[in-house]
Amino acid sequence: MKKQIVILGGGTGGTMTANRLRRHFDADEAEIHVVDRDDRHVYQPGLLFVPFGLAQVDEIVRPRHRQLRSGIDFHESEVESVWIERDEVLLEDGTVLPYDLLVIATGARLQPEETEGLTGPGWNERAFTFYTPDGADLLQRALESFDGGRVVVNLIDMPIKCPVAPLEFAFLADAYFHERKIRNRVELIFATSLDGAFTKPVASKHLAGLLTEKDIELVTEFNAGEVDGVGGKLSSYDGRDLDFDLLVTVPLHGGAAYVERSPGLGDALGFVPTDKSTLQTLAQPNVFALGDATDLPTSKAGSVTHFEGDVLTENIVRFLEGRELDSSYDGHANCFIETGFHKALLIDFNYETEPLPGRFPSAVGPLPLLRESRLNHLGKLMFQWVYWHMLLPGREIPGIGPAMPQAGKKHLTTTTT
Amino acid sequence: MTALLIAETSVDVDAEGFLTNPDQWNEQIAEEIARESGVPALTDRHWLVIRYMRDRYLATGTAPSIRSLGKESGVPIKELYALFPKGPAKLAAKIGGIPKPRGCI
Repeated sequence: MKKQIVILGGGTGGTMTANRLRRHFDADEAEIHVVDRDDRHVYQPGLLFVPFGLAQVDEIVRPRHRQLRSGIDFHESEVESVWIERDEVLLEDGTVLPYDLLVIATGARLQPEETEGLTGPGWNERAFTFYTPDGADLLQRALESFDGGRVVVNLIDMPIKCPVAPLEFAFLADAYFHERKIRNRVELIFATSLDGAFTKPVASKHLAGLLTEKDIELVTEFNAGEVDGVGGKLSSYDGRDLDFDLLVTVPLHGGAAYVERSPGLGDALGFVPTDKSTLQTLAQPNVFALGDATDLPTSKAGSVTHFEGDVLTENIVRFLEGRELDSSYDGHANCFIETGFHKALLIDFNYETEPLPGRFPSAVGPLPLLRESRLNHLGKLMFQWVYWHMLLPGREIPGIGPAMPQAGKKHLTTTTT
Repeated sequence: MTALLIAETSVDVDAEGFLTNPDQWNEQIAEEIARESGVPALTDRHWLVIRYMRDRYLATGTAPSIRSLGKESGVPIKELYALFPKGPAKLAAKIGGIPKPRGCI
């Protein structure tokens, strides 16, 4: 009998999974539905470049439905709720989609309203985020007319999408003000809720060193609780204040709103509790999840979604055939970190192994890990092409498998530094 | 990991003084760690948070972040900071005898 596969979310994970499943199953074996509330697929890594005039929003947005193979039904509607007991999804437009298998790929949602004062007066005038196309655009205009003062780059609290992006923003801002020859009139501050520049010790130390080198002040364990967007003050819950002329913040993140409206599906923040190695949710055996929508202890990033995709597709096929699931997802993540002046770092890690120095994807490279290089920067730029033409269609990317490569990594216990 | 004598009980702690074995914990240990960390007396509100942290850790293997703690324990984040100055999630974990919450990524 024909299986009904419903995929919620037409972003990185949903699109890639739909395309892979469509190739695997013949039309008479499975119907595949993809649901998204809009038809704008944003290449999210591109948002980082918009504020500095290095990319335009229309260059990084394409229609979602155009990224899907023929034979996939695209529904443009908000999801009202999922009834996991009845195997049905209710859409806001009234459509009911019954499913044999459901994939949650609706990512994370920004919640600026959860921070007192953030979306009040001064929002998008003096306090910005570059995590949305509109926000990135407005910030670009504000930066253009900025001629000096205190810039605070802030991460309110984890989890956020692309945890390295706020650091990249600070590095690129340093380069941007240098290029405009006003760096000496700008004070750059990086305020984070973490106890260091980053979450993992070796990379954190390295990145803190880069901040110092670029004269960016690092303020740690700063849990922002309140923003005064007119007076220009960011206050932490433990009573510290940071004055700013321009605030660039990354708002709190939660899961998609319908997750909270669906009993038994998500946790307190709206993320979906998911098995870390099979990607089956804990909600129901026939509900799987990938990408930013899950509660997995790894980065919320496109690379993670991509690596998860291999195991997920395999497991959907196995589940529908009644076979045992593959439990091989290892938490692999891989991120380029732009550091300005046409250079970037690369980090590669998983649940067990933190980002280490060395080379990627093997001992002979070609890309250096945890070290600035021009080649990494080119890699980051080239990735946009790979994203639209290989990753979303669900094609293999040569040399890059889902499991994290160990060859090429310098473990500190075996190196003398 | 080192052994330390707290409230006349020998417990295993990490470099920052977090218990590495939650089974070695008791309420006297909690009170002593609290005093040493600048919380002179533990009120009912403190205990509510401490027990919530411990239960969550023992049930799931991870302690909640400050945000989930604020949403799930019923104690607002502002109050959490008043009860456990500086870092409520960390301090409540330390007093509650569970490992230091990992900065999730």
